[in-house]
Amino acid sequence: MTLQKTELLTAYRLMKTIREFEERLHVEIATGAIPGFTHLYSGQEAIAVGVCMHLADDDYIVSTHRGHGHCIAKGCDVIGMMKEIYGRADGLCKGKGGSMHIADFDKGMLGANAIVGGGPPIATGAAIATKLDGNGKVTASFGGDGSSNQGTVFEAMNLAVVLKLPTLFVYEDNGYGEHTGTSYAVGSDDIAGRCAGFGMRAEKVDGADFFAVYDMAGDLFDQLRRGEGPAALECAITRFYGHYEGDPQKYRAKDEVATFRETMDCLRNFRKRVTDEGWLTDAELDAVDTEVMALIDDAVEQSKAAPPPDVSEVLTDVYVTY
Amino acid sequence: MTKKTYLAAINEALRQEMTRDESVILIGEDVAGGQASSGGPGKVGGVFGVTSGLYDEFGAERVIDTPISESAIIGTANGAALTGLRPVAEIMFVDFIGVCMDQVYNQAAKFRYMFGGKAKTPWVLRSMIGAGLRAGAQHSQTLHPVFTMIPGLKVVMPTNAYDAKGLMIQAIRDDDPVVFLESKLLYQTEEDVPDEAYAIPFGEAEYVREGDDVTVVAVGPAMLHAKAAAERLASEGIDCEIIDPRTTSPLDEQTILESIERTGRLVVVDESPPRCSLAADIAATVADKGFKSLRAPVKTVTCPHTPVPFAPTLEDAFLPNASRIVDAVKHVKAYV
Repeated sequence: MTLQKTELLTAYRLMKTIREFEERLHVEIATGAIPGFTHLYSGQEAIAVGVCMHLADDDYIVSTHRGHGHCIAKGCDVIGMMKEIYGRADGLCKGKGGSMHIADFDKGMLGANAIVGGGPPIATGAAIATKLDGNGKVTASFGGDGSSNQGTVFEAMNLAVVLKLPTLFVYEDNGYGEHTGTSYAVGSDDIAGRCAGFGMRAEKVDGADFFAVYDMAGDLFDQLRRGEGPAALECAITRFYGHYEGDPQKYRAKDEVATFRETMDCLRNFRKRVTDEGWLTDAELDAVDTEVMALIDDAVEQSKAAPPPDVSEVLTDVYVTY
Repeated sequence: MTKKTYLAAINEALRQEMTRDESVILIGEDVAGGQASSGGPGKVGGVFGVTSGLYDEFGAERVIDTPISESAIIGTANGAALTGLRPVAEIMFVDFIGVCMDQVYNQAAKFRYMFGGKAKTPWVLRSMIGAGLRAGAQHSQTLHPVFTMIPGLKVVMPTNAYDAKGLMIQAIRDDDPVVFLESKLLYQTEEDVPDEAYAIPFGEAEYVREGDDVTVVAVGPAMLHAKAAAERLASEGIDCEIIDPRTTSPLDEQTILESIERTGRLVVVDESPPRCSLAADIAATVADKGFKSLRAPVKTVTCPHTPVPFAPTLEDAFLPNASRIVDAVKHVKAYV
């Protein structure tokens, strides 16, 4: 373990921010205050943070429909994100994207993507740009178990191998593609094995263990930065909510989520490890909790008070109207 | 100024822009060709040779051969464009767009808008359109309406070598995704083309022929037939005005409406099926905005609502031709 105390606190703060952002959204969505479709990342925080802690603003990521965690881990402004999800004029994308289309180019966040399998080919393109630049920058492509069944993703992985691109394909297997179990839909039940079949190094880690994700992602990014071509990382995890907010989750046993919250909670795992090892104290972690709760409260309050976009915005940011 | 083919004009535009701006890259299937072959790379330059010689000049880093993976080609162009490059991506035949449409219409076309104006996607998607080569139903379509109806895309259909060069240069310099549709039957047509680089703005139609009797709007490969029909009609004393919109999105409505103010009569010629087509769109626009000018119903000359047939007799019957245009022009001219 090579992390300094400040880095450990950063990792915890990011994971906690994601968790509380999502937990609060779960509550606010139920009131009807938030329009549209929302997919929560609760439970998967260690993956986004364990990967993105290795990245600078000018490294790139592409994300998914379940993208809030990736955005926060990559440094997107939390208040701007919340406003975007509320559809406000000063949201990160001026209220024109919404939960599934948050992007922040200043942070190297090339977009959440509502099309399963839409992101990985875009990641190969960003990797071409960095490779041509010769600047040693890397791109991480986040996807779920479901995306590992998409043809576009196969194309992207093959092209990345052919062109030796610095792309890390991260697969977060949360047990379900929409409402269907991974072991049904992923024929081989071995996503990393598939990736290896394309000719890249592929590893598997416990996605609830921040340190396992962080260490393996670091090793793989080192390979990318040495110009040795792409790699893949399969992370086993669960999601604490449904496919989307409002999903009645009849396909999950009654105690499934409760059990996972006891046994696969990355935040609980993190706290136990750092306090057992004596790296951080409970008091230090509690202070972060307080700070995060205040940030989320502020984000929701500001979002509720913020004005919606002016209707004239319908016709902006596109080349022509008739 | 020298005579150049439509094909050579596009090649020259690509070469000049790649020389001027090192962020311009080519990506596609066989744009260099010959990777891992006994003859070595760079010997193909595109299936008809549009990108020939560019691999030798700019190398494998900027003339990138891909596997047969259209989603990866356009997706890669998307990511590269979002991060500072100006990719010119080739989808060999426009018929292949089906396997990568998500990356075109859900991704590239929407980035700028749905990311609140912070993204730009300056790519060019080059592809070939048109029947007439006996290439059958999956290598012969003219699918510009599919792109024209998608907000966020620009759609270019050059009908001659001069326009092909100037519009390609504009397409590369443009910050929006541009679909550049090359008519394969026009590749060997020649025009005077300046040696230096020049850009033709989008949304400015061109008067191909001036006349007072009937306005003929023709796009893409149909222009060949429109010109032939106008020659024939001129010998019979009917004077057509031919308008080439050059870009179907943005569409220069104004030039069409101005012409109809003078002629009062319109025939639209388009090598695509009739429903939800550019021909139908222009007819509707004129009915809406030029109703007072019209002295006859608008006629359209299109393909039938069928796939492109293979047998030469069938394909010839399928395509718009000069005779059908002549008949349509005479019909609207005779209408009182």
